[in-house]
Parts: sequence; C-alpha cells; structure tokens
Amino acid sequence: MPAHEIRRAYKRPAISDQQKRRELSLLRQQQHRLDAQSQARRLASTLFSLTTTSAEEPAIGTDIDINTETASSKEIELGVSENDDEEEEDDDSSDRRNVEIKDVRQASRVGGQDGRRWFARQLMLPEWMIDIPDRLSQDWYVLARPAGKRCFVVSINGTTVSRLRNGSVLHLFPSGLPCGARTRENSGSPQSYCILDCIFHETDQTYYVIDMVCWKGYSLYECNAEFRFFWLNSKLTECGACKPPSHYHKYKFSPVPVYNCDQAGLLSAYTGQVSYVKDGLLFYNKHALYQAGNTPLTLVWKDEKCSQYVIDTDNKGEVPNKQQVVLELQNDGKLTTSDDPPVVFGSVDQDFVQKLVLHPGNLLRFAINDGGLVFVDGKLEKADLVYQDKPNRGRAFADSYSKVVFQYMARHSPLSIDDLVASINSSAEEDKASDVEMAC
Amino acid sequence: MDENNDGKLSFEEFRDKAYDTFKSYYEFSSSDHYVPSPELQFADLDLNKDRYTMVMEITQVLLHAQSVDGTVRKHAEETLKQFQEQNLPSFLLSLAGELSNEEKPAESRKLAGLILKNALDAKDQHRKFELVQKWLALDLGVKNQIKAFLIQSLSSLVYEARSTASQVVAKVAGIELPQKQWPELIASLLANIHQIPPHVKQATLETLGYLCEEVSPDVVDQDQVNKILTAVVQGMNAHELNSEVRLAATHALYNALGFAQANFNNDMERDYIMRVVCEATLSTDVKIRQAAFECVVAISSAYYEKLAPYIQDIFTITAKAVREDEEPVALQAIEFWSSICDEEIDILEEYRGEFSGDSDIPCFYFIKQALPALVPMLLETLLKQEEDQDQDEGAWNIAMAGGTCLGLVARTVTDDIVPLVMPFIEENITKPDWRQREAATYAFGSILEGPAPDKLTTIVNVALNFMLTALTNDPNTHVKDTTAWTLGRIFEFLHVAAAMETPIITSANCQSIVTVLLQAMKDAPNVAEKACAALYFLAQGFEDVGPSSPLTPYFKGIVQSLLTVTVSYGEDAGESRLRTAAYETLNEVVRCSTDETVALVFDLVPVIMAELHKTLECQNISPDGKQGERQGLLCGCLQVIIQKLGSSEPTRVVLLQYADQIMQLFLGVFTCRSATVHEEAMLGIGALAYVAGPEFAKYMTQFYKYLEMGLQNFEEYQVCAITVGVVGDLCRALEDKILPYCDGIMTQLLKDLSSNQLHRSVKPPIFSCFGDIALAIGKNFEKYLMYAMPMLQSAADLSSQIVGADDEMLDYTNLLRNGILEAYSGILQGFKNTAKTQLLLPHAHHILSFIDNIYQEKDMDDAVMKTAIGVLGDLADTLATSAGPLIQQFSVCRELLNECLSSDDDSIKQSAEWAKLAISQVISV
Repeated sequence: MPAHEIRRAYKRPAISDQQKRRELSLLRQQQHRLDAQSQARRLASTLFSLTTTSAEEPAIGTDIDINTETASSKEIELGVSENDDEEEEDDDSSDRRNVEIKDVRQASRVGGQDGRRWFARQLMLPEWMIDIPDRLSQDWYVLARPAGKRCFVVSINGTTVSRLRNGSVLHLFPSGLPCGARTRENSGSPQSYCILDCIFHETDQTYYVIDMVCWKGYSLYECNAEFRFFWLNSKLTECGACKPPSHYHKYKFSPVPVYNCDQAGLLSAYTGQVSYVKDGLLFYNKHALYQAGNTPLTLVWKDEKCSQYVIDTDNKGEVPNKQQVVLELQNDGKLTTSDDPPVVFGSVDQDFVQKLVLHPGNLLRFAINDGGLVFVDGKLEKADLVYQDKPNRGRAFADSYSKVVFQYMARHSPLSIDDLVASINSSAEEDKASDVEMAC
Repeated sequence: MDENNDGKLSFEEFRDKAYDTFKSYYEFSSSDHYVPSPELQFADLDLNKDRYTMVMEITQVLLHAQSVDGTVRKHAEETLKQFQEQNLPSFLLSLAGELSNEEKPAESRKLAGLILKNALDAKDQHRKFELVQKWLALDLGVKNQIKAFLIQSLSSLVYEARSTASQVVAKVAGIELPQKQWPELIASLLANIHQIPPHVKQATLETLGYLCEEVSPDVVDQDQVNKILTAVVQGMNAHELNSEVRLAATHALYNALGFAQANFNNDMERDYIMRVVCEATLSTDVKIRQAAFECVVAISSAYYEKLAPYIQDIFTITAKAVREDEEPVALQAIEFWSSICDEEIDILEEYRGEFSGDSDIPCFYFIKQALPALVPMLLETLLKQEEDQDQDEGAWNIAMAGGTCLGLVARTVTDDIVPLVMPFIEENITKPDWRQREAATYAFGSILEGPAPDKLTTIVNVALNFMLTALTNDPNTHVKDTTAWTLGRIFEFLHVAAAMETPIITSANCQSIVTVLLQAMKDAPNVAEKACAALYFLAQGFEDVGPSSPLTPYFKGIVQSLLTVTVSYGEDAGESRLRTAAYETLNEVVRCSTDETVALVFDLVPVIMAELHKTLECQNISPDGKQGERQGLLCGCLQVIIQKLGSSEPTRVVLLQYADQIMQLFLGVFTCRSATVHEEAMLGIGALAYVAGPEFAKYMTQFYKYLEMGLQNFEEYQVCAITVGVVGDLCRALEDKILPYCDGIMTQLLKDLSSNQLHRSVKPPIFSCFGDIALAIGKNFEKYLMYAMPMLQSAADLSSQIVGADDEMLDYTNLLRNGILEAYSGILQGFKNTAKTQLLLPHAHHILSFIDNIYQEKDMDDAVMKTAIGVLGDLADTLATSAGPLIQQFSVCRELLNECLSSDDDSIKQSAEWAKLAISQVISV
C-alpha cells in the first residue's frame, strides 16, 4: 500500500484568482437575476396601487358623470385657488366600468379617459398638518413646496407627458429624462420608463420634482422617502434633465432642496431663497413608502409668509366671512368627512333630508357658525354648522378632517412657524436631558 | 457465443461462435501460424472434461499487452477488449484462472489481476454503475469459480499475484457485501490468518485492509468488525516477528479505523489499540514506523475527542521522531500536530460561530497545552531547509512541514504564539548563515495569521522596513523569497489599517513598499512571483478605500511592471507561475482601482487586446496549444476590466466602443481547444453582454455556435456551467431579441438535464436559466412549457423526497430546489399580463404542493425560503384570482408567509412583504 500523501500548501495564498473570477461572475449574474426579477415584480406593484385605490373609493351616486376637463375648469367655487389643488376636487370617480390597466406602459397606450383615470389615482396626497408629529427633527424631511400645478410626469418610449391630478394632459414634450425623447442616448427599452411627482411652476416654466415614483423602470413605490430622495437627487442630475431647455428637451426639471427637519433645516426651507414662488412647506416621513391617496405620513403646512393661499377663497377669489366645509350625508343622517374612517361632524334629521330630497352619499356645504368647532382631548366634540347649499356636481369628495381643522385653525389660532421651531427645540432638549441621565 | 445462456460453452457453441476469436488470437500469439483444430483446442480448454470450457489460455496476449513494441501492444489490447465485449464470463474466468495459475509468469498474472480489477470498478460513476450491474448479472457458477481462483491466489508464493488478488477480492466484496452476497468471505479470510505460512497471513491482512477501504462500515456487522480488528491489531503486535506481516497489518489498521467506532468507545479496547499503534512507531523497520504514524495521524482526526489520555505519550514519540527519525517518519510526526491544529481550529471556529458553545465536540486545547514544548520543536525544523526548495514545485521536507505546522499553531492559539516565537526571530534574523535568516523570516511570516492585529502591529511596524531592505539587499534568494512572502502575509492580514491606531501602510511608506516590490519583480522568478502576490494583497487592502486610493500615484508604474512580467516568454514552470501571478495581480489592481485611475484602466484595454491578438496569430502558425495558458489569462484579465468599467454608466458607454473588437477576439479564442480558455472567454462574453445590452444582438449569429458547443460540453462541465450562466446574461441583455435562438438553447438545456454524464452541479443553474429565458421572452415560452414543466415537476418530486441526506447532499438539494423555484418564478412573471396565463393554471397545484413539501421538511435554507415566498407572490400576481382558491387550500402559504414576514433576513422579509401584497389582491390575508 502506498504511503498517504500529506503535502500541504506551502508559501502560497489559499486563493485562486480564477476561482475568484468565477465566483464574482456568478455573484454578478445572481444580482442581475434578482434585479430582473424584482423589476418584473415591481411593475406589478403599480397595478396594485391602482386596484387598492379603486377598492377604497366610496360609492358615489350614479348620476354623476362629468367630463374631466370641463369639471376641473368649473371647479373653482370653493376651489381653494387654482394653484392649490392639494387634496380635493377629484372628478371622474364615477368610473364604474372595470377598465383594468396593469401599469404605466399600458396606461400610456390606452390614453383617453381610461388612461386619465388611471393616472388620476397614482398621486400621493398629503394631509394638512393640524398637530405637530413627534420626532419631527429625527424622522421627517421638510421642503418648500413650489407654487404651481401638481402633476405626474411620465417619460416613456421617447416622449414625456405631464398629467394634472385629474389625469388630463398638461404638456406632451421631449425631455432629457431617460426614454423622454427620441434621441440615441435617451432611447431605451420600453421598460425603462420614469414617473416623477412634480409641480409645474409657470413663471420659470420649470418642473420641480418633489418625489420620484419610478426611475428607468425601477419602481420606487416600495421604497421609503429617505431612499427616494437620495435616488431622486443622484439620478436626476445625472441624466441631463436639469439642463436648460433645448430642442430635445423642452422644459427644464429641477430638484427641490430637501432638509432634515431640524431647526436649521426647517428655517432654511421656510426662509431660504429659492428660484420659485413658495406655497407652504411639505413634510415627508423618512420611513414612509410612496402611497397613492391620502396619507398622514406626508403633511402640508402653510402660513401667510410662505404661501399666498393659506385660507380658502370662494369662486370669486375672496375669503368668505365664515369657513365653508363640504360633508357627506350618510344613511343615518350623519355628516362625515372623506377620511377613512370618516369623521362625524354632525347630523341632519329626516325632515331636512326629505325637504331637500337628499340621498345618502350626497355632498352638502355648510358654514361654520360662531359656535365654531369644539375639541375635547384633541377630538372633535361638536361643530356649529349652518347649511348653505349643495356644492358643484363635479365635486367628488367631502373635505378631509385635516383640511377642515387646518382651515379652522388658520382663522382662529394658526399653528405658527414658532410652534414648529419650539417643538423641534423641546425634543432636542429632551434628548439632551436623557443624555445627562444616561451619563449619571 | 453462449447460445443457451448457461454460462458455459459446449463444444458446438465453441466451434460455431468462439473458435474464430480464438483462431485470430492464436494466429496473433504463435510464431509459426499453427492453429489447432476446434476439437483439439476444445479438449485443451475443457480442463475438467465436462464437455464445456470457459477458461482460455491468455498468457501470451497478456504478455504482449506489456510489450515495448507499440504495434504488438496495441493489437493485444484490442484482442483483450474484444474478448471482454464478446464473452464477459469467459473473459473474467480466464483472467482469474491466469492470476491463480502458479505456472504462469508473474507479469501476466499481475496484469490479469489488474484487468480483472478494472472490469469491476471505474472512476467515472456512470461506468462504474454499469460494471457493477454486469458483475451482479453473471451466472452464479461463474462468479463462484472466479472467487475460488481469487482466494486461491491469495496463497500464491508470488508476491505480485497475491497482492493483486487482494485488491480484486476487495473490489468484489465492495460490490457483493452491500447486496448481502458472499457472506462467507470475511470468515474464510479470518480463518486464513491462522495459517502458518507468513505470506498467506500477509496477503490476508492486506485483503482485509483493502476490504475496509472498499466497503462501508454499516454493511459489516459488529461481530465481524471485532474479529477483523482483533486479527489486524494482533498482526501489528510486537510479538509478530515477520515484518512483512506487521507492515501489512499496520496498513490494514489505517483503513480499518473507520470501522472501529464502537471499539474506540470502549476504554479497554481503545487502550489496547493505542498501545499497539504507539509501539509500532518504535519498530526497527522504518516502513512500519511510518505506517504506524500514519495511523496516529488518521486517529487524530477520526477520534480527536478520545485522545486526551494518550496525548502526553504521543508528544514524546512524535518529538523523538521529528528530531531523530528518517524524513518520511518525521513528516508524519509533524503531520500529527498539523492535524490536531485542523481539528481545534474547526472546533474553535464553531465556538465563535452563531451557535456559540454548541459544538458537538469539546475542545481539549491540546495545542495550547503542548505549546511550550511544541513551538521550540517546530522552530528547530525550520533550520533544516534544502537548497533550491523554492525552485522545486514538488519539494516537501521537514522545514516546510514544520513551518506550515507553526502557521496552523498560530491560528489555533492566536496571541499566545507571539512571545514564544519572537526570541527565535530576533536571534536569527541577522545571522550570516542564510538558513537562520530564512528560518527567522519564515517563523515571522507564519505567525501573522491568528494573533489579534494589535498584538502584531508594533512588531510589524518595526519589521516592515527591515523586510523591505532584505528583499532588496539580501544575497540569498531563499531569504528574499520568504521575505516577499512575509510581506504578502503582512498585507493580507494586517492591511485594513483604518481600525488601527498605528496603521501599517501609510502614505509615507507606500512609495517605498511599491518601489521595493516592483524591483523584486525583476528578481528570480520564484521571488518575483511572491512579490506579485504581495502586491495583490496590497491592492486588495485598498478595495473599499473610497474615491481616493493611496496607490493612485503608483498605479501606472505598477501596471507597467506587471505588464513587463506578463509578456516574458520563459517556458519553465517557475516562469509560467510568475506570469500567472502577474496577470492575477493585474486583475486585483484593476478591481480595486478607483475613479482617479479609470483613464489608466482604459489604457489597458487596447494593450490586453493586442496581446490576445498576438496569441491568436501564433496559434494560427503553430496550433500546438502552447498559447492556451496565456490566452486564458488574457481573457480573464479582459473579463475583469469589462466588469470593472461596465459597473458604472459613464465608463460603460465608453467601453462600448471596444465591444466589436473584444468580441472578435473572444470568438477567435474559441478555435483553441482548451477548456480553461473557453471558460474564461465565456465569462468575458457574459460580462460584455451585460455591458452591451440589447446591442449584443449583432454578435449572436457568430457567437451562437460556440454557445451551443459550450452547452454540449458534458466532459468539461465547468465550461457547460459557465455557458449556462452566460445564457442568463444574454436573456437579460437581449430580452425578447434572444427569441430566435431559444429553440436551439432550450433543446440543448433539456438534453443536458436528461444526461447522466453531465455533472450534477450544472443542473440547478439550468433550471434557473429556464426562468431567465421565460422572463426574457414572456409568452413565447409557451412552446417550451410542455417540455420544461414535466422536467421541473419530476426534479421537484425528486428533491422533495430526499430524506436523511448528509450535509453535502442537503446543500445540493437546496441548490436544486432554488433552481426549480427560480424557474417557476421566471415563467410565472414572464406570462404575467398576457392572455396565456391560463396555460400555467394546471401547474399551480403542483407548484404549491412542492412548496408545501419542502416547507414541511424543515430543511430549506434561507435562499430557498426567499425564492419560495417569491414564487407564492408570483403565482398570485400572474394567475390573479384564479390562484385564490388554491392558495387558500394550502395552509402552507400562510405559514410560510408568516415565517418569512418575521424573518431576521431583510431580503426574505422584503420578498415576503411583496408576496403578501400580491396574495392580498386575490384572497384576504
């Protein structure tokens, strides 16, 4: 029998570069497979946000069927100002046909009303800030909201389309966004589309990008705000969309400075010089995903200094004497907001309903009388309401609770910038205090 | 020949069928062309006059098969091969008969035995299985006759005959014992032991040893194991005066150790075995001493936890052997301690792992206890270097074994080694005798892995300058070799300086380090090779250094020096190793480069391309394959560059301008017939496809045939595996543009899957590749469903039935499951949003029950779990509401989902969240 070999490696590193090359290649392939897989899956999530939203939509009277464009032009009466369309006046929620649009590619192809309906449901809508969230300085970003038209910008197949919140097209143009123009460097596979959440600012004809939903086919729906802003800032400037307009790039895009919501950040957003007219401040919770529809994880706040449109105006552009609210009539006569779950502001009796020939689901406009809103322990206890009239038929939703309360506060005891600063400082104090305790 | 299949040849059968073979054999083997008549020949072969014959006279052909004359030898081999194919029973009987026939020459008997052995076993698993089946199918009478011949041969006076016979007996036992056949074998062998003639005893012990090597312990019952061990250990005993017998017994014990589990658990029996083994290490016969130490080494790893009572004695005998005995014995004695280190490193590793303190085997800290005596013993060995050992690839001596062991000791005891070795280094490092300087340097290099960096930084900071000077000025090449190696070890283990208070490499000394290493690259090839390796680790340490690397100022010089080395054309082994090291270092330098040097990496592209082009031209002139090694290295280097530059958008775009040329070079390389080169070129093409994206389509017509060739390469399965990976790259790059090639690719992949020849490790990636293809071509995958789905289903069934497998099998099973699930995932996603999703509905039940099965088994790893939860989501996503009732039917869905949602692994959790979203669209979760 032969002796048993006992040689060991001598003065040789244990690695083989060939093996390393092989392994790195496998790693790269694996990563790319995962990317392809998650891209395939993320395309799906745009579909989910569609169906989720439509499932949550409240039932609306079948008689309402209004053409989108005309609706939005009529929609001025209580319409805040035309520039501020943060959270009301949806129009075509009458959509009861089951048009199944799978993703943005299909929506773009479908076009027309169905396409508009699809886009109309994709935006994330901030609530109004009626109290100050905890940990503002740790968990939130702040940015100065540009005044202008909120819209979705989609670049796909060599064209860029911007659509207003109601889904109607604002501009159709070539842009420096990926897939945004028919140029060599910008063409790409149809899967490489982009979706940006923007505000179009008229005076400098610029799209200010306030959020990024999809970049080169990579959906950011399930990414938190921290990542989305990081991606937005690194990718947008890379692609040439921020350059001055040119033949293949009709409108300029610009990121908006985003600050950590500590004292310095808040004041920078509030007072800092920017190239656009401000319309309030937007607050984003760093951990929140992009979510279509109302969300308390994004907040809007305004005061006279940073916005021209703090208090709602009527259809003549004047501030009414009394605050107006639009509420929805329920089966049991209760009057509720558009929130989920709805907040009850009061109720009407059977006689009233019969007299005005009202049906559950109808929207009614009230004025807040001198009794005002009474809160107990932070909850609405009583509202002194006076019936006014039925709002415009194009109106789809009642007011949200946060909007009513913000407007009410704006008239009586507004949440001021000082309150915000104080809140940040006090939490900083607390941190310090607890530090000391720990040290003891 | 055997018309009535009775295993024998009657005269009629012989005359009509076999005589011709015989006649040609006679005409070939006799000089006067005399051929006996069929009657006469039959009478000759019908030894027992039963009117049947089978044993043929084959001495002459066996001798011819060993002839120095190539033609004669070839003819003889051909004759034997024909014989084997035409009449296996007769062939085997004839060989066994030859082996047992004392009148035949030793050479023909030995060859008969070896051919017989090869007719029972093969390295190739497929062939082995065939041979085993053939043996089992033989007529019982034939097998008995062969066994009779074999057993008879064990008593032969001729050593070659009985030794070969012992191996054949073990092969037959290896086939038959697991089938519960030949039950009398072990008993009759044991009876042989008591025979007086020592040569019979020796052959029997040898047979028992081979038998233990062939047969798995669980097919022999404990009673027989006890008897075998008793016989073997008695044979090893000092009372056995015949040293041949004692040696055979010692070798036999080595193989029988695996059977001794129960005996090692019994204190008395274990004591006895250990006493006999230790005594044998003191035998006067050097071969017995060496064999006995081999047993001690084998025991150290098989029965580590039983060694405590003997470790003191073993230290004494190993120390004596290391210091005084002949080299083969001393090497085994050192190996014992290396092997103990291996064991303790593993155990301590497990202690430190996530199941802390939960190791099956406790650590006895033998090395730590032996340290004060062990280290001086090993340091002594370092001074016993041989001249020119660094030039000789095959060298292995006491100094090398001792140094290697010292390195293992350092890894085992960590910090404690430092104070024990430092005095030796300080004393010897400046001595005039090169052996002392080399030994001191080697000792230093050996202890750099193991101790905590802060225990070494001060010393290394002092030593670094000394080493740099030695590498430049020492007159002895061994010292330089070891110095360069030690520098490499410093960079390998102590580079990551950020965490240290006193970093080893600073911007102040970086320049002199690089200068010295580049200078050393012009030294003797063995020194230059170590300098390259040192540079490799120097670069590697700066891998994650951020945007600015301290190597940036020297990048150009480093690359230049490495290129100079790579283009040298020396032919000997040392020079060839140096070239390889230089290319590999170049690769690492490129991988670890930063944006500052990106332009210089671009400069490399045309240089490497030109070199590769040169090899292609040389190949056209003399296609003798000498270019192969260099081509492989150049392809590897290009691949690394492509991957580096392809990983960021701006450089990717610039790199694209070279794509045409690079692709032509890779295609040229495929005309060279070397597996390694093909592998490297394939890897390069995969990386290029990623860089080029859809534009890669223009190369497909030219490349396709090589892709197909790669997929057909069963023998060099690494090439096949890599080609499968490249198909995945192509799918992602070309998306639906790959469609025209899919018929061919799918056909080949399906063939690969059904092949028994292809190495099993390629099969899981092939399944994943189905997923890649489906994702790329979407609903066009429809026409492959009828082939792919049954394959997936049967593989899935197979992989969920595996129970009680060993770790290796379990790993493979998990890889297979992952591949299958990735295929399902890709297919499901590929069909999403098409009108064809209903085609997948019939498969949904099976997919879910597969997931159910593997979930119930509780042995899936994280990767499988992540893919499985993803597939659940895909199923819901693609099949939408049609999947709802099915998903509800399988409770596993909810359990798996919940388990994944609460997983600690973020990527599992993320997949699970996605799956939850998808599932919530079809049922209420």
